[in-house]
Amino acid sequence: MTSRPHTSEDTSVFQLPGALCYRLNMTESSSNKLLNGDACQRSSKDKKSGKNGFVKNHCLFQQPQKYRRPREKNHNVVRNPSLYNKPFVESYEETPLLVAVLTYMGYGILTIFGYLRDFMRHWNIEKCSVARERDEQKDFVPLYQDFENFYTRNLYTRIRDNWNRPLCGVPGSKMDIVEQVSHDYNRTFQNTGKIMRDVINMGSYNYLGFAENVGHCADAAIQVTEKYGSGVCGTRCEMGNLDIHQEMEELVARFLGVESALTFGMGFATNSMNIPALAGKGCLILSDELNHASLVLGARLSGSTIRVFKHNNMVSLEKLLRDAIVHGQPRTHRPWKKLLIVVEGIYSMEGSIVRLPEVIALKKRYKAFLYLDEAHSIGALGPNGKGVVDYFGLDPKDVDIMMGTFTKSFGAAGGYIGGKRELIQYLRCHSHSAVYATSMPPPVAQQIITSMTTIMGEDGTSLGADRLRQLSENTTYFRRKLREMGFIIYGNDDSPVVPMMLYMPAKIGAFGREMLKRNIGSVVVGFPATPIIESRARFCVSAAHTRETLDEALKAIGEVGDLLQLKYSRHQPTVTPGLGWMSEESYLQD
Amino acid sequence: MSQVRMALQTQLSWLYYQYLLVTAVYVLEPWERALFTSVLLSAAAMVGYTSYVFLPVHLRLVLHFFSGVFDGQAESAVTLMS
Repeated sequence: MTSRPHTSEDTSVFQLPGALCYRLNMTESSSNKLLNGDACQRSSKDKKSGKNGFVKNHCLFQQPQKYRRPREKNHNVVRNPSLYNKPFVESYEETPLLVAVLTYMGYGILTIFGYLRDFMRHWNIEKCSVARERDEQKDFVPLYQDFENFYTRNLYTRIRDNWNRPLCGVPGSKMDIVEQVSHDYNRTFQNTGKIMRDVINMGSYNYLGFAENVGHCADAAIQVTEKYGSGVCGTRCEMGNLDIHQEMEELVARFLGVESALTFGMGFATNSMNIPALAGKGCLILSDELNHASLVLGARLSGSTIRVFKHNNMVSLEKLLRDAIVHGQPRTHRPWKKLLIVVEGIYSMEGSIVRLPEVIALKKRYKAFLYLDEAHSIGALGPNGKGVVDYFGLDPKDVDIMMGTFTKSFGAAGGYIGGKRELIQYLRCHSHSAVYATSMPPPVAQQIITSMTTIMGEDGTSLGADRLRQLSENTTYFRRKLREMGFIIYGNDDSPVVPMMLYMPAKIGAFGREMLKRNIGSVVVGFPATPIIESRARFCVSAAHTRETLDEALKAIGEVGDLLQLKYSRHQPTVTPGLGWMSEESYLQD
Repeated sequence: MSQVRMALQTQLSWLYYQYLLVTAVYVLEPWERALFTSVLLSAAAMVGYTSYVFLPVHLRLVLHFFSGVFDGQAESAVTLMS
């Protein structure tokens, strides 16, 4: 994954120097044919505006002046504020130079030791626990590429105890973790027999707190298990289509505000198995730089051409759209059969929210289709919990394909696709997942039904509205406090996913372990999920967290931040009572 | 006195921890740490020895060079005037 240049704290995406000018060397008839026979949006009088064949730029989003403006420091510069009904504030603070240099140095040292260990394993000085071919097969075509797993063998294995920790209870706001210990440097693990009780859970995608084993959701699921059993033993096409599935699909369609919906047993499979049914050869998929692996896999499986635009950057997207319409398919220059823009609601590694009003304006202008993956944003954003469309106050009918998962806010598993009735009926016959995959088990379906009715407020209680309000309060409080403490936090101010930057490789392992010592379970991420120097700890705020729990967590994060020197932010000077290392702090913060 | 020693000890162990984190030696096994530390200390010792042996000589030569430049300027000004 290439590292993205964070140009400045300014999130204005319109930083291309100079105006974009395109020469349109085509007659009116061919331009009509390019847009699939639809009326050309550019009328004939536009083409006469330039004297030397250059058509003046009619982009929706463009640099208004020819020279580059001096870089502004404020965060929320949005060029088309008329499309937004509330301020869109996000920030991605630049990596401090000293920290970047030290991070590269740390990775360099680890690489050297990695080569040394690989050398020792190759010459059998050390026992090798990685899969290798037998001696008789050494002359054949290699089965295992040693270098590809270089990073896994030599860095991931050393700090592997921070991942795959087994839980032995429900992952609510507090959880129980089975304690494990490793005697051979994380090659194997043994249970000590003890259980760490009431570990504060800052890593589960439990945005609305529906991960619980008591309450009316759990009771309804138990009743349904007693009626239907727990397995389905069939696909939707054959005997696996239950009436509870149809009830659930009608409810999902009503929740989203679309005509009809289709549900699947697995969220990853929803993306990877449905995009091939929607796009094929001769179609163009415009996908965001930081899309999830399921979207990338689905796009690749479909066989369409894929073009990537810079993360959340509308100028880049518009340029790609214009290029696609003007030049058509690569060699033949025929018009594309379909243009599909694939974006996510909340990007979980960045905590950023998609600029949906601008994407919809672009899609309408250039007649493309929009596939919105609301895995993290459904239930978590918006005054009614209906996702990013609700958050921006837009019409759900503008999004052609609304996809989401039930894993995060609903406490269940699976995914859905919502849209027009013709689309859903087409997908019922042509999607791999709908035809071949086992359908959702009844208790899971009932959990979705109960939680969705709670969120909509149709069960008569105000539990849904309370939880939505609690989540947005918790999000604002948590982000504000972390920022005040001096950490570098990425993302939009309203997103419940909070990535906190760690940068150095040793701090990834140290952070996870120190937090567990203080009874807090957190998720740390490094390469390859993030760019190599931008490793981070990702916190997921939940409506189940009370203010006291968050305060406890914040205190521990503050302590660990002082201990590990993680307060890199240069916006506010940290005045924490560290061990008196003001000079070191200011030196590192530069 | 013992409090000062305690504070010094805490300070040193915190500094050692920061060194471990920044150089990523924190994740290495003990024998790798010993190897890295010995290489680092021997490089530092070599730097120290070289500067101890050669620095006075180099400094004297530098001073001589620069003083020679100034004296040369003064001589040429004197020759011009006379």
